[in-house]
Amino acid sequence: MSTNPVTGVRHGYFKKLSRYYLWYTGAFALFLVAVALLEQEGMPRLWIGYLFMFATIALYAVIGVICRTSNVTEYYVAGRRVPAMFNGMATAADWISAASFISLAGGLYLQGFDGLAFIMGWTGGFVLVALLIAPYLRKFAQYTVPDFLAARYGGGTGGRGGPVRALAVSATILVSFTYVVAQIYAVGLIASRFTGVDFSVGIFLGLASILVCSFLGGMRAITWTQVAQYIILLVAFLIPTMWLSVKHADNPIPQVAYGSLLPKLTAREAELANDPREAQVRAEFLRRADGYAARVAALPESWEAGKLDAQRQLAAARARNASLLEVRQAERALTTYPNSVDDARTLWLERRDANLARARPPEPHAQPFPGATQEASDERRNNFLAVVFCLMFGTAALPHILMRAYTTPSVHETRVSVFWTLFFILLIYLTIPALAVLAKYDIYTSLVGSDFSALPTWISYWANVDKANPLISVADINGDGIVQLAEFAIDADVLVLATPEIGGLPYVISGLVAAGGLAAALSTADGLLLAISNALSHDVYYKMVEPGASTQKRVTISKLLLLAVAFIAAYVASQKPADILSLVAAAFSLAGSTLFPVLVLGVFWKRANHIGAISGMVTGFAVCLYYMLRASPALGGNALDTWFGILPMAAGVFGVPAGLFTVVVVSLLTPRPSRASAGMVDYIRAPE
Amino acid sequence: MPTEPTDDIEARLRLDHARAIHWDRTRRMSLLLLAVWLATGFGTVFFARELARFEVFGWPLSFYMAAQGASLVSVTIIAIYAWRMRRLDRDYHAALAPRP
Repeated sequence: MSTNPVTGVRHGYFKKLSRYYLWYTGAFALFLVAVALLEQEGMPRLWIGYLFMFATIALYAVIGVICRTSNVTEYYVAGRRVPAMFNGMATAADWISAASFISLAGGLYLQGFDGLAFIMGWTGGFVLVALLIAPYLRKFAQYTVPDFLAARYGGGTGGRGGPVRALAVSATILVSFTYVVAQIYAVGLIASRFTGVDFSVGIFLGLASILVCSFLGGMRAITWTQVAQYIILLVAFLIPTMWLSVKHADNPIPQVAYGSLLPKLTAREAELANDPREAQVRAEFLRRADGYAARVAALPESWEAGKLDAQRQLAAARARNASLLEVRQAERALTTYPNSVDDARTLWLERRDANLARARPPEPHAQPFPGATQEASDERRNNFLAVVFCLMFGTAALPHILMRAYTTPSVHETRVSVFWTLFFILLIYLTIPALAVLAKYDIYTSLVGSDFSALPTWISYWANVDKANPLISVADINGDGIVQLAEFAIDADVLVLATPEIGGLPYVISGLVAAGGLAAALSTADGLLLAISNALSHDVYYKMVEPGASTQKRVTISKLLLLAVAFIAAYVASQKPADILSLVAAAFSLAGSTLFPVLVLGVFWKRANHIGAISGMVTGFAVCLYYMLRASPALGGNALDTWFGILPMAAGVFGVPAGLFTVVVVSLLTPRPSRASAGMVDYIRAPE
Repeated sequence: MPTEPTDDIEARLRLDHARAIHWDRTRRMSLLLLAVWLATGFGTVFFARELARFEVFGWPLSFYMAAQGASLVSVTIIAIYAWRMRRLDRDYHAALAPRP
């Protein structure tokens, strides 16, 4: 077995791995064919759902068992011998979260050009990772991001960098925890929708597979599971999109094909925008919105009147011996009536806004920043830029991604690994905008204009999955018996899951897409849980509490902490916390504002010292959090209280510069860092 | 032995010199690549409305850049960086190799 002197990769190892994964991909293809044949033979849909769910979860568990380890280096950084390409694949799976797999295409469908900010932001950030951070972390060759910061800045008792480490650990845990709750939540959602099990049961099923994997084998098991998960999620995303692409553009490569479809879609949009029936439906929504606005204006009398009215309706229905259905409806109207004037105001304002939104003509998909005035358009452009900025700088500071820089055999391999990471991410991310356009074209041309009596089955299926917040709603508003675009509403989360059915593919592909979504959520959750438990066990326990702990004890503690964190995260997710889910987008801003300045200045500016680093982290975090609390209605702020009209989600656009500025100013005002820290910077800058 | 200290100093100077050159080149290249990244990423969005008039392969240019172009530029930048850094690392080792 020869070892390459530059890359440090053992040649035979790479070949062996490639062979394993080729076999694996072949076996997976056979599995798909077998399930497709079973479906032909009449296997029920529910069973297909079960089969995909349990087969993939069992697969991940088996990989976890095979890769079990108690060795510190294996457990924390997979023995530092993962070849660049496989490390890139694993990082890509780590990166592609449930949100990008399931909701992003739907988001692009709904938002058009604005949604592309997520594509740009979530890919462009890897330039910062590759050029500014990853190779230097690898040269440093320890275990976690706080390790690096503590060694670089020093300070605290004995110059071991205790305070810097503590802050970095807190940031790591805060960011990763909100993120992991969202992943586990998605696992529960997918499992419950495709197998019909209860939401919490779904969560704990997913948790079982995460645990077997990370608990037994740490980073090593996670890496090899993530490679397997990447292959599944790639196949699951490409097959339905390629199908739609062939159907509408006669070209199996969606990334190329949708260019020819975009002008057709634009033409169809223009047609629909001027359609009198569409205008009729929109006018009806506007009328309803005005109705709610009038009721809000007439509060509190309108609340009293509405309540009396609902009671009278019920009494009348009972008095005239109306059908059971009518009585039930009247009862429901009364029980769901808002309890107080304040409740009524919130509810009616919400309904007014929802109706107003549907009364607006659809925006052209490909047009950048449409707006009534130049200022409105400029504001949308600025927000687009701000979101891109936050996602990029957040990417370059997410601990579970940076942790991956440690797992390759050499600095050169780390650089190449970031290339492979972005390459594998792009295979999916360049397909997402294509899927949005293809699905939109399909819906605009075949669903819109069709007859209400002949609605496709997927519409009724998805409309009934969640009764409280319908994922798809379609109703004949103007009573002409024909579907208008304005009568159709779809949730961002359902587009990808419904794509196989929209394209008329067999149910086996739907099962595959669900398995893909599950793989995306599980792989990200794996990486995040490990980032959290490593921060707790390595940085807090070993480095701060008990530096004399034996390696055996460290790994055991790490495994126990992983278990605990996983159960806490699953418990929080099972409570369906709306606040945390809305915080996920904010996680990027928080990570960028807190960690990015200290990471980059730590490498590129020798003068940065530990007092500067501490104040920079605190200031970046505080500015970012303050802006979110101030401008986000979900967090108790006022949506009008913005700076330059920037959305609270993009708070990092203020936090990152504030952090950078504070590190520089405070460092310059305080003494130079120690000679040890200067020596370390020289060391990480020098080639191997 | 009077010659050894001078040797040591000479070796030390050579090492420092090679490191300085390597770091200087690394920094300059990173800066250049970041400038390209900034122009393609943020520049095309800033002027998206003006660029929407042009067309590439059926896409309006601004849509294409946001959906594919900027990401493809990013992956190219990372590839160039990894390739060039390997060259710089080799130059560094060549400069430090004992002279015949």
